Amino acid sequence: MTDVRAPEAIGDGDMESVESFRLRAREWLAASLRKGEPLGFRRTLSEDQELAFIERARELQRKIHDGGFAGICFPREYGGLGLTPAHLAAFNQESAGYEYPTILQVPTFSPCAAVLLEFGTEEQKLRHVPAMLRGDEIWMQFLSEPSGGSDVAGALTTAVRDGDEWVVNGSKIWTSGAYFSDYGLCLLRTNWDVPKHRGLSVFIIKIEQPGLELQRIEMVNGSREFCQEFMTDLRVPDSCRVGEVDDGWTIGIRWMFHERNAMGGGSIYVSGPPSHGGSRGATDPIFVLAQRTGRIADAVVRDRLGEAIAMRRVHTELSERIGAGMVAGAFPDTIAAVARLMTAMSEVRRHTIATEIAGPAIAGWDADDPATGLGLAYLNRQSSCIGGGTTEMARNNISERVLGMPREIVMDKNVPYRDVPKGPPSPR
Amino acid sequence: MEITLSADQELFRETTQRFLDDRSSIAAVRAFRYSPDGFERDYWRQGAELGWTSLVVPEELGGGSVSGHEVVDLTLVADAFGRRVAPGPLLPANAVAAALARSGSAQQQTEVLPGIIDGTIVPAWCVGAPTADGGTASGVTARADGDGVVLDGVQAPVESAVQADVLLVTCGMGDGVAQFLVAPDAPGVSITPLESLDLTRRYGRVELSGVRVPASTAVGVPGEAAADVERQLQLVLVMQLAESVGAAETVFDFTLEWAFDRYSFGRPLASYQEIKHRFADMKTWLEASHAIAAAAARSVQAEAADAAQTVSIAVAYVDEYVPELIQDCVQMHGGIGVTYEHDIHLYLRRATVNRVLHGTPADHRQRITTLQERVA
Repeated sequence: MTDVRAPEAIGDGDMESVESFRLRAREWLAASLRKGEPLGFRRTLSEDQELAFIERARELQRKIHDGGFAGICFPREYGGLGLTPAHLAAFNQESAGYEYPTILQVPTFSPCAAVLLEFGTEEQKLRHVPAMLRGDEIWMQFLSEPSGGSDVAGALTTAVRDGDEWVVNGSKIWTSGAYFSDYGLCLLRTNWDVPKHRGLSVFIIKIEQPGLELQRIEMVNGSREFCQEFMTDLRVPDSCRVGEVDDGWTIGIRWMFHERNAMGGGSIYVSGPPSHGGSRGATDPIFVLAQRTGRIADAVVRDRLGEAIAMRRVHTELSERIGAGMVAGAFPDTIAAVARLMTAMSEVRRHTIATEIAGPAIAGWDADDPATGLGLAYLNRQSSCIGGGTTEMARNNISERVLGMPREIVMDKNVPYRDVPKGPPSPR
Repeated sequence: MEITLSADQELFRETTQRFLDDRSSIAAVRAFRYSPDGFERDYWRQGAELGWTSLVVPEELGGGSVSGHEVVDLTLVADAFGRRVAPGPLLPANAVAAALARSGSAQQQTEVLPGIIDGTIVPAWCVGAPTADGGTASGVTARADGDGVVLDGVQAPVESAVQADVLLVTCGMGDGVAQFLVAPDAPGVSITPLESLDLTRRYGRVELSGVRVPASTAVGVPGEAAADVERQLQLVLVMQLAESVGAAETVFDFTLEWAFDRYSFGRPLASYQEIKHRFADMKTWLEASHAIAAAAARSVQAEAADAAQTVSIAVAYVDEYVPELIQDCVQMHGGIGVTYEHDIHLYLRRATVNRVLHGTPADHRQRITTLQERVA
């Protein structure tokens, strides 16, 4: 497996030193980007605001690309810089406090670009990876289905071969922001007569085309960023197939790894200020909340605040340790699940603490209240334990793949997938 | 601990591990249960020869680090101590050595420091817990009296107080902080042993009643020792953290093995999803503890502006989760886990004393907030 190691440029005698790169990045960032919050997911914008937000993110990505700082660990032949994780870490530290196209990082660069780099044809890589790095292509994962989220290999959506094309029918769900995206990396069933994992294939699917209908889903916090796609006799050229027919799970395993790794903050394909966990030195929003609510003198608030600040920092340190340990070969790639679990543990606790510090303003607030949005964020708290692979799956992965404990008993091994018991069709 | 060590650090670590394997087996640790001292002088002198007491002392004063990163080197010793619940006054020896190297008088540096370095002098550090306002508490106060100083107060528990050849007493003096070297047999000093939770670490109560010491016993400028005390505190905490994480990893490893070997209802414990998920949580706590303890050591090493807060964050996390991890491992063992016969309590004892000495997680959470207000 080559993914977490630095690209081939390692050992290149001409490589710029990390310190020189850092200084250049510092200078360029100061001259080119605005100070501000990273452009992550903003869950309560109007549709117009959202589209403007995405346009801004694309512009920023283009700027970073033209400035020579996009794709730091991507190979040069696909538009990247071919530098090392140490260069990336230096850039990320320098980027703290700037407006940054964070929303384009996951899933476009990881897992989507990461999977293409590992399994795509030369033509696919040349066509899409540089376009992603320019901000021209935003990608989504067409992975979960209404029939089940964690059992990713249990995909029911089917592709049937028809000459040089495939005909796709079925539905994918929980794609965040598909409506503003360009492509989906899609896991489809291509064979029902073999066991579950042996009948899958991966395809690149253009989002805007006949046969693909998109519906937005309203979440508890009012966000309509998640989508469901309905594919009806959708035609996909065979040149958009990634990897071998029916061998999609070989890719799926690495895909899940890249996803977990991005969720845990350890991916070498993701750049910019940490989107969760927080960077060292940046003021913790819960601290700001405690100050603005005037409750910071309360000893219990100070205790919870200390815990919240600690969680955030520990999370950052753990992500860095795991990222560095994978690069050094000291940890197996499966360790990414540990960082993913920590992300959830930290987020869950911090949401709860923020709610406690905000107090009654969670129930009723006005626009300039420091607690604005926190109640809705609390309602959505479990998202951090669900999206990007549930924490239950992360715990299975840690115990089975990292600690080597026995696998769970499954009922769908060595049985043609059409004969595997399935529940009634999902209401969606 | 760091993921990768330099060749010199690896060698140093192995040397200490081999020595401890040889001299401090679990059976040997158990044998100290009723020993008043909790360690042997001879063992301590040999450990000192390996570098346990000299890392934080500069070369010109007879010390020297292994890698140029003396604080990180010291955590390697502490980690090895944690993995074997090893005996010996590692914490006070290094705290007092660092104090004397940093601010001791020439006389203290020639008469006391060399003995600490070679293990012939065992020091104790009489200090209270860190306070919510970012300082350090002390049960002792000092007042000037003619050309000397008079010390009054009580401090407990103090590690190795009964065994100590010299006491470093941290005390309040006016609005400031002062430190003095006091002989345990000086008039007015009384030291009583306490019942100690750890199997080898001994604690005592130090009572000072009108103890008169000459001004020359001051370590640093009386009233202006707060920065020295903070540095000593950070060193002790970084050692405690490394020790607790080392202990947790040992317990985690043997408990994992147990889960594979132990069968119930015809299958190993390790095959139950409930058990697997708890191990996944423990693995996450363990790696997170490693990460933040190492970050704290690096931060103290670099004397970073936020070192105090980083150390408090590490304590707030490690001392909260490590004892929970070990308790959960006790649970995995069932009845045998709460017997004296099983080794797990040796580690729980050490992790517990580390949790409550030099500030509990709750104390340090208060500190984190105070320190955050100062930078905000």
